[in-house]
Amino acid sequence: ACSNIRGVFLVFFFLERKLWNLPLLYDFQEELVIRPLHSGDIYASFQFRTVWETDFTRGNKVSHYRLFPKSLGQVISKFSVRELHISFTQGYWRTMQWGQPFQPAPPGAELWVWFQDSVTDVDSTWKELTNVLSGIFCASLNFIDSTNTVQPSASFKPLGIGNVTDHRFLRYATLPREIVCTENLTPWKKLLPCGSKAGLAVLLKSEKLFHSSFHSQAVHIRPMCQDWECKTTSWELRQTLNVVFDLHTSAQGKREWSLFKMFSRTLTEACPLASSSKIYIDITDNPEQFEVSPATPLLSQASVLGDRRTFSVYDLTQQITFGTVRSLNLLIRWKSSEGDMLRPLLHGERYVAGYGLQTGEIHTLMYNYHPYRSFPVLLLDSVPWYLRLYIHTLTVTSKGKDNKPSYIHYQPSKDRVRPHLLEMLVQLPPNSVTEVTVQFERALLKWTEYTPDPNHGFYVGSSVISSLVPSIVAMDTNSTRERPLFSSFFPCKEESSYFVRVYTEPLLVNLPTPDFSMPYNVICLTCTVVAVGYGSLYNLLTRSFQIEEPNPGLAKRIANVIRKMRGVPPL
Amino acid sequence: MLFKTVNLRRRGQLAALSIAAVVILIGVPLWWRTTETYRAWLPVSQIQELANLQLQLSADVEVVFARGTVTPEQQKKVPLTLTQDDEHVVDEDTALRYRYETRYRTATIMEEDALNQPTAAEADLSLHTLSESPCGSLVVYVIPESSSLLPEDVDVYVGQRRTALLRIGAQTRVGRTLEQLLSHLEPRVKQVLQVMSFSHTDITAALSDRVRLSPGNKESIADSMRAFKSSPGYEITFSLLNPDPKSHRLHWDIEGAVQTYIQPLLRKLAPLANFSIDSQTLYYAMLGVNPRFDSSRSAYTLNSDSLAHVINPVEARLGSNAASSNPVLNFLLYVPDAHHSPLHINDHKKQEVPSNAFHSPRWGGIMVYNVNDFYGPEAAFPVDINIDMAKVMGVFLAQLRLLLGVQSSAPPPRFLVAPCSSAGIADWELDRLMWSRSVENIATATTTITSLAQLLDQIGNIVINDNIAQQVSSAVTSLQLAVAELESGNLRFALQYSKEAILASERAFFDPSLLHLLYFPDDQKFAIYIPLFLPMCVPILLSLLKIVSDARQRRREKHAKAD
Repeated sequence: ACSNIRGVFLVFFFLERKLWNLPLLYDFQEELVIRPLHSGDIYASFQFRTVWETDFTRGNKVSHYRLFPKSLGQVISKFSVRELHISFTQGYWRTMQWGQPFQPAPPGAELWVWFQDSVTDVDSTWKELTNVLSGIFCASLNFIDSTNTVQPSASFKPLGIGNVTDHRFLRYATLPREIVCTENLTPWKKLLPCGSKAGLAVLLKSEKLFHSSFHSQAVHIRPMCQDWECKTTSWELRQTLNVVFDLHTSAQGKREWSLFKMFSRTLTEACPLASSSKIYIDITDNPEQFEVSPATPLLSQASVLGDRRTFSVYDLTQQITFGTVRSLNLLIRWKSSEGDMLRPLLHGERYVAGYGLQTGEIHTLMYNYHPYRSFPVLLLDSVPWYLRLYIHTLTVTSKGKDNKPSYIHYQPSKDRVRPHLLEMLVQLPPNSVTEVTVQFERALLKWTEYTPDPNHGFYVGSSVISSLVPSIVAMDTNSTRERPLFSSFFPCKEESSYFVRVYTEPLLVNLPTPDFSMPYNVICLTCTVVAVGYGSLYNLLTRSFQIEEPNPGLAKRIANVIRKMRGVPPL
Repeated sequence: MLFKTVNLRRRGQLAALSIAAVVILIGVPLWWRTTETYRAWLPVSQIQELANLQLQLSADVEVVFARGTVTPEQQKKVPLTLTQDDEHVVDEDTALRYRYETRYRTATIMEEDALNQPTAAEADLSLHTLSESPCGSLVVYVIPESSSLLPEDVDVYVGQRRTALLRIGAQTRVGRTLEQLLSHLEPRVKQVLQVMSFSHTDITAALSDRVRLSPGNKESIADSMRAFKSSPGYEITFSLLNPDPKSHRLHWDIEGAVQTYIQPLLRKLAPLANFSIDSQTLYYAMLGVNPRFDSSRSAYTLNSDSLAHVINPVEARLGSNAASSNPVLNFLLYVPDAHHSPLHINDHKKQEVPSNAFHSPRWGGIMVYNVNDFYGPEAAFPVDINIDMAKVMGVFLAQLRLLLGVQSSAPPPRFLVAPCSSAGIADWELDRLMWSRSVENIATATTTITSLAQLLDQIGNIVINDNIAQQVSSAVTSLQLAVAELESGNLRFALQYSKEAILASERAFFDPSLLHLLYFPDDQKFAIYIPLFLPMCVPILLSLLKIVSDARQRRREKHAKAD
């Protein structure tokens, strides 16, 4: 599917800012990547990045905010946060149909935070932090407590600078039940310097965004190197929003997309505060499959997720982009629906097996589609305490043979205190499926511990599969070079592989659920039984029994009445 | 046969009685104990004492006679100390007593030297360096009529610290004896005290949490509602609103301005509360109202009656403080967009407000900063604009003083108040604030504690945990200490204890554990108990009734037999 365009135009941009050689104190960039998917759906990924050269560490007080939102800055300095990653997702990313996303996220809410090593009581700080974030993002993050928080030992390394490996300062929690809606989007948009008034953010209208197959919004805060020697550090706030529009519900089955059709808005200007404001369209499959209008002469290539992709670039800071009508409405029209998608190399699935309400078995399947390379993956499972894992039943098999994990970190649960944490490093043989199974027993909950809708079932968060997947093309390891934002999220240490995180489906498990009017029924029934038993005993003890004269017959009574009237003694 | 029947009936009655006894002696206490809610002991009697608040405020006043103000005969009787009490009953639960301990003495040689300085300000400074009077106390220097320290039309000079200079009248008017002199001085010293120390209106305003004020004049109510309520901490947020980043690229040196203008004031106010300052820039933040174009002035205007609608839409963008729950003082600098410039605020009389700013009580201040003069009509947008922070901070500082309750009410005639120092607040102004804040804290804390005690008393289902009882006790102790310190005139400690009291009382009042059993209605309890209690109690009651009626009948029979 290589096109001849690819070799002809190769335009790389360097921002003028670097040439001025001015001290860069703060900077804002916005970016939208649109990738037409083979299924006919369309994937749009927004990224907004605010970089601020300041220091939240070392206890100095940062209090004057310009582009960086004050609320998040206060959170970072108050709770001594080193890194913060939070995502809210509605829907499940279908890797096999859509490929890898730029920023993976599990369904529901996910929060992981690295604290600075100056924090003494990490648990209470974490508790306070989740409450504050819950207020900032209007989400039920306050339901994060010790029963759904884990400290992964290997799966979640810091993405920014700082080689902290002491996982005492890491907390990870997911809320798979969290519903994401407008009330989470509004505060998220408020963190942007231009709000939703200018730039790419005008496209973020909730009535369209939530009418989609997949919606995921996230906030990532991390310290970054400003130059390759890492002399100065800066803090990066990356706000991302990924959305997949469905071919049938949003486009009425027509393989034709436009900005207006997706977002019911068109673009007229860039955010005036942004140093760069660009739209990228993944045209690697062009022109066999689809065409894009208006056409742009600017093309860019980037190695992303182990593949070299070609993008059409629309620079919104240039007035020419908007043409004579002063508005940009990109149009993508399919020519044919044939063609194959490059299959992602790593994929995961999970389900619950077994019957009845006593025991069950969790199956996790990890697919390696690489034809000849095996690679190791880290699997992280955090299972609530009310599913009691039988860790001795843990089996890992690939291609019918036992596959011994080279590293297992297991932390057993404590009832009502902490969940199970299972982390292991498994080598996936080439072109294989590796199955991890573990049996569990369902616990009986106390009747106040059930959720308001217990017959719906209980969610178990997604498994996380993190891996360095062998890359087909050389990856870019220079972290400070100007690159499109979507290709610079996960730091890349070596050219031959790239980092991928895959989330499996969350599980929905039924627990034995009582009839909730039962306590009152039981009270009534036992009381009745007690009362009946007690009543008869009481009667036996207190009543005196005596033999009574048999009643005189009717004739005798009448005779007695007559005798009484006559004044004669009765019979 | 009859004997046997009677025996049987007797046994039945005994059984019924003993079962009733077991139920009453063992069952009822057991049920009572097991369903009881845990209620820790609260110092109820002490709380009741606090509900009836007798506050005494004591201030030390030193009146120093300079040379030439007292005759030698009068001088012989000085020094002497006089105590004056001033009692006010505010309402049936609250009474106030002001005690002024006035010490009269003559000036020392060094003080005489200081008073010989050419100007009053210099005299004030050198008197301050001689001796620093403690928080809450005052020194009034009585200077002769001929003194050149004060201008002709001024009788009293109020310094920047805790001293005042008072010009005495002519000797002939004052009189010969010391008593005459003192009775001449007394009302004037009192007038000075009203300005520099607590005044009755301030203190009753501070009591507004306890006492419903009789509706006085409108002005004083507006004054008392303007300032923020007393709180252990405040967050000050400066926001630069730039609704038009396409045209204006604004630069403000807020770090420097805060250091120069705001920090000195806050350092002085440190004993009062903790302050934290931050700032932010908000883009595309619009005002809630559309300004009207005034063609006569070729400017846009905001009328005073529409100012109330300005704040709400902006406030949604300001964001609450994530890191603390202290009240926030917002100061907004609004730079109107290029198409709506210049923008002026009009007052009630349709006149332009010179500062182009207004404040909202207990919320903050807004200033409109026009930048259209900074560039010509054919400027290339965006224009870089540096904001003049001295102008902005002058307005914000004045608003901050108002909102924090540093009152600058007009002094009485023939008074001269020294201009503000670089700190933005004089020592006596701080003292005034501390007096009223201590009283306000005490009033708030007592109301909180008494209403908590009342609530707990009324609703017996509320569990009182030990930590709440502890908070209540510590609040009560701090309150008692604060009242005692106020009585003995230690203002700084009184404020400290009153702050502790308010913290502890709020913590107790808002403790989430108090809510646990609040809603446990009686009808639900009956629904649970009736299935057990009804079938068990009915036979017992019936047989008891029967025993009683049997006994009554037997007695009647006995009476009949005796007759």
